[in-house]
Amino acid sequence: MIYNEKVMDHFANPRNVGEIENADGVGEVGNVKCGDIMKIFLKIENGIIVDAKFKTFGCGAAVATSSMATELIKGKPFEEALQLTNKAVVEALGGLPPVKIHCSVLAEEAIKAAISDYLVKQGLDPELFGIKPGACDHDCESCSHV
Amino acid sequence: MKRIYTDNAATTKVSEEVLNAMLPYLTEAYGNPNSLHSAGREVRQAIDKAREQVAAAIGCDAGEIYFTAGGSESDNWAIKGIARRYGKKGKHIISSKIEHHAVLHSLAALEKDGFEVTYLDVDENGFVSVEDLEKAIRPDTILITIMFANNEIGSVQPIEEIAKVAKAHNIFFHTDAVQAVGHLPINVKEMNIDMLSMSGHKFNAPKGVGALYVKRGIILPNLIDGGSQEKGRRAGTENTASIIGMGVAIENAVKVMETESKRLAALREKLLNGLLEKIPYCRRNTPKENTLPGVANLSIRFVEGEAMLLMLDMRGICASSGSACTSGSLDPSHVMLAIGLDHGTAHGSIRFSLDKYNTEEEIDYILEVFPTIVERLREMSPIWTEENRAKIQ
Repeated sequence: MIYNEKVMDHFANPRNVGEIENADGVGEVGNVKCGDIMKIFLKIENGIIVDAKFKTFGCGAAVATSSMATELIKGKPFEEALQLTNKAVVEALGGLPPVKIHCSVLAEEAIKAAISDYLVKQGLDPELFGIKPGACDHDCESCSHV
Repeated sequence: MKRIYTDNAATTKVSEEVLNAMLPYLTEAYGNPNSLHSAGREVRQAIDKAREQVAAAIGCDAGEIYFTAGGSESDNWAIKGIARRYGKKGKHIISSKIEHHAVLHSLAALEKDGFEVTYLDVDENGFVSVEDLEKAIRPDTILITIMFANNEIGSVQPIEEIAKVAKAHNIFFHTDAVQAVGHLPINVKEMNIDMLSMSGHKFNAPKGVGALYVKRGIILPNLIDGGSQEKGRRAGTENTASIIGMGVAIENAVKVMETESKRLAALREKLLNGLLEKIPYCRRNTPKENTLPGVANLSIRFVEGEAMLLMLDMRGICASSGSACTSGSLDPSHVMLAIGLDHGTAHGSIRFSLDKYNTEEEIDYILEVFPTIVERLREMSPIWTEENRAKIQ
């Protein structure tokens, strides 16, 4: 298992660690059983993600993808953040070992979950924005992403 | 940055004495030990000596030692060999849930061939029960294979009692002693062990060399057909320098075993007790008694093993974990689950394994650095909440 320098940098010096008080959207995915939990907090003003923070229980790749994913969505309209794919997170990190790709999927899912939470709080239907309900049901063993 | 290597259960450094003993056999003494001429004969003599050194270390005859490429090969040969040769007598094997994969996967291969395997449970400290073993024995049981000492947590099994049960029922007994040889006193005759696997690189010999002890009278099928090496059972020109290195390494390990195991056990306890004191919400996974001198394993709740390893590595400390993320699968180590840990606690397991090169200063450094790493990762952890902490008494 070898991580590249960029991944190691985002692991050793993760960006955006922490919580946002009274966050506009919070999403949590993964479970202890499979060893990764990501929780993402969003501050959204006029549809723009003005701040994003995360807390992650997991391996080096889980921390690095959380860090990179929050960096990638900050300052973006939430509709654009919804288009963020796990592939884009992996590319931005300069690649991940194959067994760690599921960590990047978690990052994508965590962001979708946080935006979904935001939309529900706004009285909007996440499905209208293309978010499938229960994208992550916390059951990693039956997860198609693994 | 100075490197602190505390992953000696994974592999050890080749000691200087071992290297010096090996060097001539990589340079001027390059003869083939199977040749009749003087260049060959001098190497043959050195291999004979190594065989005697290995035999003396575990209390058997030199003729009962077969050199192999390591612990995994020895395990495979013993287990599959007995199954192939004695499978007509019965198709049942007894083992444990905390064996090394070299044993577990050999057994899995046999299960595909129609063998049945009973995997004994272990208690929360990683010990099998001799009572359970007796209950598991069937008329068609041909082999009991239970490890001498566990590589992840250190638990040392009641090998003499297990061997006694095997003998009373006329069942072959093999033990994977890869972690025990060179670290614990072993006498295969007194302990009634029929077959024993060992690996050189766990006691300061090079990687790629090991041995299988096979009690005289037990005939295993040939592992490699070819020339007459290892009595024709494991053909191929000998791994000369490594075999000679292993002989020296095992002799040295036995020489200092008594004092060294006391020193290591004291360091192990200092490390474990120090960490348990400094870091709240930990669980000691290494048993307090009947355990390997140098293996210290504990679980740090609310953090994940690989993240800890990476941060330790950044501070120069090499350790190991039973977390899923270090195995490339979603499941944490089978040993952690077998001792009854929930997945979260198993993912947070960490092992420091010490050997003769580790010092008290290094333990002090780990005690200083590791708690700050845990603190940092817990601050980052979404499950490090008061609510979750309250669930743990």
